[in-house]
Amino acid sequence: MYVLVAGGGKVGANVTRTLLRQGHEVTIIEQRAERFRVLEEEFDYVVQRGDATELHVLERAGIGRPPDLMLAVTGDDEDNIVICEIAQKRYFVPKVIARVNDPRNQTHFDLLGVAPTVCATSSIMALIEHEVPESDFIRLLQLRDDELEIVEVPIGADSPSSGKRVEQLKMPDGTRLISVAREGRSEIATGSTKLEPGDRVLAILQPGCEDELRRVLLKR
Amino acid sequence: MKAIIIGCGRTGSSVAQHLLDAHWEVVVVDEDAEALSNLGTRWPGRFIVGHGLDIEVLVESGIEGADAVVVSTDGDNTNIVIGLIAQRRFRVERVVVRILDPARAAFFAERGLHTICPTSIAIGALTEAALVSETVASEGASI
Repeated sequence: MYVLVAGGGKVGANVTRTLLRQGHEVTIIEQRAERFRVLEEEFDYVVQRGDATELHVLERAGIGRPPDLMLAVTGDDEDNIVICEIAQKRYFVPKVIARVNDPRNQTHFDLLGVAPTVCATSSIMALIEHEVPESDFIRLLQLRDDELEIVEVPIGADSPSSGKRVEQLKMPDGTRLISVAREGRSEIATGSTKLEPGDRVLAILQPGCEDELRRVLLKR
Repeated sequence: MKAIIIGCGRTGSSVAQHLLDAHWEVVVVDEDAEALSNLGTRWPGRFIVGHGLDIEVLVESGIEGADAVVVSTDGDNTNIVIGLIAQRRFRVERVVVRILDPARAAFFAERGLHTICPTSIAIGALTEAALVSETVASEGASI
C-alpha cells in the first residue's frame, strides 16, 4: 500500500522505516530543515520537505493519488487535526491515523471525527491502571464509535459476587460479563461460571453503568 | 451583544476595541498575560489568560452564550480548530476565523467556516493598485 506520513519526528521516522521494510511505498513530510537533512540521509527521496498542512506540499507528496493511509504524527495536535481533515474531506484518503500529543485535546479529535487516534500519555496511563492493582476497575478498551467499553474487574474475597454463579448475579442493564481469568487461564463466562476470589473478570458495558457494575461485583 | 476574541495580537486587540466601541460586551482570551497591553492601559472588559483550545477556558469566557467568536491567534491551524470547536461544540452562530494561507482558508470556507484571509485581501488590493497605476499610465500616454 501507499502511505503518506506527516511529521518526521521519532514516531514518523520509525513508522516509515518499518513500513518500508515491510515493502510498502511511503512518503514522509518534514518541515524542520535540520531534521529533514537527517531524514534525507536515511530515506533519500522518500522524504519531502514542507509544511504538511499546506495543500501544495501534500499534493507534491502525492496526496492526490490518494494514498491508502495518511498518518498525521507531528508534534502539534492542531496540525494533526487539520492534516486529517484535509486528507479525508478534500482528497478522500480512505484511512487516517492521528497522533494526540496532549491527552486534553482528545475531545477535539473526537468532535471533528478524526479517528483512530493514538496518544502515548493515555496509553501509559492505561498501563499504569493495569499494572497498579489498587484501582478496582481497569479500563482495557474504549470502543468510542460504539459507545462501549471493556473493563477488567478483580474479584476479592469480600466481593459480593465471590462464590456466586454468573446467573445468580443481578447484572445491571447495559453490562455483560465476557470472560473469567483464573490462574493464567481464561474461559468465556456462562451462566454456570462460578466467580472465586482472585478471579479477573472481563466485562463489557455502556458508559454510565460503571457504578452499578461495581456495586454488583465489588461492593457489599 | 457578546463577543469572545481569541488571540490578542495586533488584529484581535483592535477588533476587541472596535466591538467595545460598538457597545458590545467583549471577552478577550490569550495565552500570554502580557498580550493585555495590546488593549491599551484601560481595558474595561474581561481578559482571560489561557489557551483557546482549553475547553475550561472557553467555558469561562462565556462562549456558550456568545453572539460572535473571533479567532485570530498567530497559528492558522490553531485558529481553524478553535473555530470548528466554537461552531460544532458550542454552536456559536457567528464564528470568524483568520487564516493566512489562502488555500487552507478557501478549503475551510468550503467546509462551512467563515474565514478571513488577510493574504488574499492584500493580494487583491496590491494587484488592483498596480493595475490602477497601469491604467493611469496608459491614460496618461493616450493624452
